[in-house]
Amino acid sequence: MKITTIALNTFKEAKRDRVLYLLFFFVAVCLIFSRFLALLTVGDRVKIIKDVGLASISLFGMLMAILMGTGLVYKEIDKKTIFTLLAKPIHRVEFLLGKYLGLVLTIFIMTVLMTAVFLLILFLHTFTIDWKILLAILYIFFELCLMTAVALLFSTFSSPILATLFSLAFYLIGHLSWSLEMLIKKVKAGAGRVVLQALYIVLPDLENFNFKTEVVHNLPIPTSLLGISFLYGVVYTAFLLLLAMLVFRRRDFI
Amino acid sequence: MGKVLELEKVYKSYKLGFIPKKKLVLKGISFSINEGEIFGYLGPNGAGKTTTIKCILNLIFPDSGKITIFGEDSLKPRAREKVGFLPENPYFYDYLTGREFLAFYADLLGLHGKAKEDKIGYFLKLVGMERAADLQLRKYSRGMLQRIGLAQALLNDPALVILDEPMGGLDPIGRKEFRDIIVNLKKEGKTVFLSSHILQDIEMICDRVAIILAGEIINQGYLGDLISEKVLYTEIIVAGLPPSEFSRLGESVTSSGDRVLLRVYEQEKVDQVISLVLQKKGKIVSLIPRTETLEDIFVSMVRNQ
Repeated sequence: MKITTIALNTFKEAKRDRVLYLLFFFVAVCLIFSRFLALLTVGDRVKIIKDVGLASISLFGMLMAILMGTGLVYKEIDKKTIFTLLAKPIHRVEFLLGKYLGLVLTIFIMTVLMTAVFLLILFLHTFTIDWKILLAILYIFFELCLMTAVALLFSTFSSPILATLFSLAFYLIGHLSWSLEMLIKKVKAGAGRVVLQALYIVLPDLENFNFKTEVVHNLPIPTSLLGISFLYGVVYTAFLLLLAMLVFRRRDFI
Repeated sequence: MGKVLELEKVYKSYKLGFIPKKKLVLKGISFSINEGEIFGYLGPNGAGKTTTIKCILNLIFPDSGKITIFGEDSLKPRAREKVGFLPENPYFYDYLTGREFLAFYADLLGLHGKAKEDKIGYFLKLVGMERAADLQLRKYSRGMLQRIGLAQALLNDPALVILDEPMGGLDPIGRKEFRDIIVNLKKEGKTVFLSSHILQDIEMICDRVAIILAGEIINQGYLGDLISEKVLYTEIIVAGLPPSEFSRLGESVTSSGDRVLLRVYEQEKVDQVISLVLQKKGKIVSLIPRTETLEDIFVSMVRNQ
C-alpha cells in the first residue's frame, strides 16, 4: 500500500518532468538511422531496421535507468523531501522499494511505447508482425530492471555524477565479461583459473539478456537458456536491492 | 500526566570531511515532554536543535542514549504513528499541486474516499491555502510552503506535533495565525514540541522551555520559574521638562524634542518623578515597568558559556 503510493508518485514525477518526451527522440533515431544504414549496407533492409530498433530500445532504456536511477534517492535527500516522508510511520525499506518500483514502472511504460512504435515501423515495411521480437525486448526489459537496481544502489551512498560513472562502468563490464569466460577456457587449470572464475561469478554478465542477434537472424533459442537468464536477472536484481537496503537502513540524513 | 516524549543522554557525532573528523554535536541531551503542553526548544543557530529533532524522528541515529515516544522506542516506525512533523525551511515535491501533495500523504496514512477529501479540504482551509490548492508547489512562496507543510504535519491527527522553526519565513499576520493554530492544538489536547531561536514566539505560547547551547541543555523548566516577575527598572517618558530636572532620580537615556526617556531603578524614585512632574506642570507620556524577559536570560546564559 505505502509502497504503491510512493511508486505511483515516482512515476508521476517522471511524467511531470516530461521524461516520456524521450519517445519522440526514439522515433527520430529509429527512422533516420534505419533509413541511412539501409542505404549504406548491402543486404536485408528489414534486418537492419530490427537491429537499429532493438539497439535503440536498449540504449534509451539504459539511459533512463542510469540517469533517473542515480538521482532517485539522492534528489530526495538533497531536496530534503525525504524528511517529512520518513517522519511518517514508514519503513525505509518501503521507501526504497517504492522508489525502485516507480522507476521500473516508468521504464516499463516507456518500453511499451517504444515497442509499439517499433512494431508499427516494422509493419509498414513488411506487413507482418514478427512476435519473436517481443522476446528480445522482454529480456532487454529484464536487463533494464537490473540496471535500475544498480543505479539505485549507487545512489544510496554517492552523488549522481559518481553514481552515473559507477553504473556506466558496471554496464560496460557487464557487456564485456563474456571475454572473461573465453579466457577461463584457455587458461590451464590451477590458481589462475580459480581467480578468474571467482571474478566471473562476482562481475555481472549482461550478455545473458542479449537475444537480439538470435531474434534478428531467426536463430533457435534454447528454452533452458531463457530460463537461466531470467533466473540470473531475478537473483542478481534481488541481491543488488538487498545491498541498497542494507546501506540505506543505517544512513544518516544530515 | 503521561510522558509523551523522553530523551535520555542522547549523544550524536558527525564525521565530516575527506579524512573523517569526528565532531560531537549533541553532548548528552536529556529532557521529557508532558502530555498536553507546548514545549519550547530554544537555542542559537547551530546549537543542535534540528539534530535533536532528526534523532527523535529517526532520520539520523544517535551514537548512544534512548528516545521514547509514547513509551515506544523511537527506532520503530510505529512510534511515529501519532507524530506530525514540519521541518525547518520545508521542501516538498514541487511538481505536485497543494491538493495532490496532501493527497499523497493521506494515501501514505491509509486514508481514502470521502474521509480523505474532507480531511484535505479541512486542512487546506485551516492553513489558509484554499485558493492556492491547485497550484504546483514550485510556484509557492516560502510562507506558503510553511503553511501547506503544517497541513501535512497535522493530517494524521497527531498527538505530538514537532515543529522546527515554524515561524521562519512568515509575515507578521502569518506568524499570528500560526501562533493561534498552535495554541488551538493545545486546546485540542495535543502536545506541541516547538523549536525556535525567536524568543518572542516561545515566550508567548510555551508552557515549558529547554535552552540548548553547543549541544548541551543548559537550563529547562516552566517559563514562570525561569523568568522572575521582579521589576528590573521602570521606563518613564516625560514631556515638557528638561532632562537636568531628573539627574538625581534616574538616568536619562535619550531626549528628543521636549520628551525625555528616563530609566528609574527604585520604586520610591518612580513616585518622586511622578510628583515632580505634576508639581512642575509637565506631562507623563508613558510609564512601563520592565520585567525580566526570556531574552535577558538567554543572552546572559550565552554570555556565561
